[in-house]
Amino acid sequence: MKLDVDIAIRRGTRPIHAKFALDERVAGLYGPSGVGKTTTLQVIAGLLKPHAGHVRLGERTLNDVEAGIFVPAHRRRIGYVFQEGRLFPHFSVAGNLTYGRRFSPTPLSAPQCDAVIALLGIGSLLRRWPLTLSGGEKQRVAIGRALMAGPQLLLLDEPLASLDQARKDEMLPFLKRLCQDSGVPIVYVTHDRRELEAIGAAVVPLADAPHI
Amino acid sequence: MTGLLQPLSEGEWTIILLSLKVALVATLASLPFGIAVAYVLSRKRFAGLWLIDALVHLPLVLPPVVTGYALLMLFGRKGALGQALESCCGVVFAFRWSGAALAAAVMAFPLLVRAIRLSFDAIDVRLEEASATLGAGPFWRFLTVTLPLAWPGILGGIIIGFAKSLGEFGATITFVASIPGETETLPLAIYAQTQIPGGEAVAFRLTMVAVVIAFAAIAASQLLRDYTKRGHSLP
Repeated sequence: MKLDVDIAIRRGTRPIHAKFALDERVAGLYGPSGVGKTTTLQVIAGLLKPHAGHVRLGERTLNDVEAGIFVPAHRRRIGYVFQEGRLFPHFSVAGNLTYGRRFSPTPLSAPQCDAVIALLGIGSLLRRWPLTLSGGEKQRVAIGRALMAGPQLLLLDEPLASLDQARKDEMLPFLKRLCQDSGVPIVYVTHDRRELEAIGAAVVPLADAPHI
Repeated sequence: MTGLLQPLSEGEWTIILLSLKVALVATLASLPFGIAVAYVLSRKRFAGLWLIDALVHLPLVLPPVVTGYALLMLFGRKGALGQALESCCGVVFAFRWSGAALAAAVMAFPLLVRAIRLSFDAIDVRLEEASATLGAGPFWRFLTVTLPLAWPGILGGIIIGFAKSLGEFGATITFVASIPGETETLPLAIYAQTQIPGGEAVAFRLTMVAVVIAFAAIAASQLLRDYTKRGHSLP
């Protein structure tokens, strides 16, 4: 599914301009810290409004500032895995995983959910509470939570950034399998190019904004 | 001091049950408004916000008698709101137990709102963002994320609101007077007993009852909090 992004947004005093079009199933947005990768993902997800430009996903226009179109985040059906997981502390792992299913017009079926749980290796965690999980476990649950809502696009925002090297090495095989087997288009954001090579993503460099 | 250990008399039970009814109705009826106002104060930013903030906190800074007098002017039989409510819905506050509940609710409202607002302030809005990306609209985000995470503060607000309602004196006596069986709550009755010769025994017994109710309310809130916190905080 084609993702077409051309946006301008100001964060603090810094202008951010991102323009790219992706048609790969797994695309890696890559660039140094501070270039606006997370901001760009938040615009794609509908959590931030750009000052100018557009976001299109397949046939749908999610954002077009000039035409006054803005689809709110909860209607975009774009899964978002945040850097810090953001699991709901008041739900168990199972409760977190199934949270999005009740709102989605196309939630995963029960066998598909089981497949996601197996893919991410989180079957033994279902009754645990988020507070008792390790960083890597939290991220795997967060990925499962986003997948089970049946999104049309999955955004991964530096999912390994909060982990130490050993946990990163532990997570990479899961991410690789996710990219190969999930069937959902993925945009993976990182400042570490080696991660993109490890998961086999097409690399899209995000450069510094041109100074206007 | 005779009669300290005798069972409570019928008249004393009337006072206690009326007090509990007034405080419970005052707290539960004002809770939805308290949650709504706390949410607006915590999350919304618009020009007239300070006015809402000031209005909510007015009963906290005004002498209770002034609040009671204002209620009398507004909701009394001849007050503008009182007349409108009586003619449209048959609701009368003046010199009724419902008036005592209204006075208690107004006096407790700032405390209720403050406790709940603090817990809204403390919630990580990024969790609400996560909820949005999972497909939850504003209403469901509030119901499934914001409200449960604010629950300890809401519980605290209920307890402090209930306690304040139970102890309300000045606004109540000014607005609805002290009518036995209708508006004579615990503090009004205790005060009345201290004003008559030989009333100390009854005053003391009612004071003990007030202490017991206060302890019971605090214990109940602790139990509820422990129960709802199971799991999502470390043991």
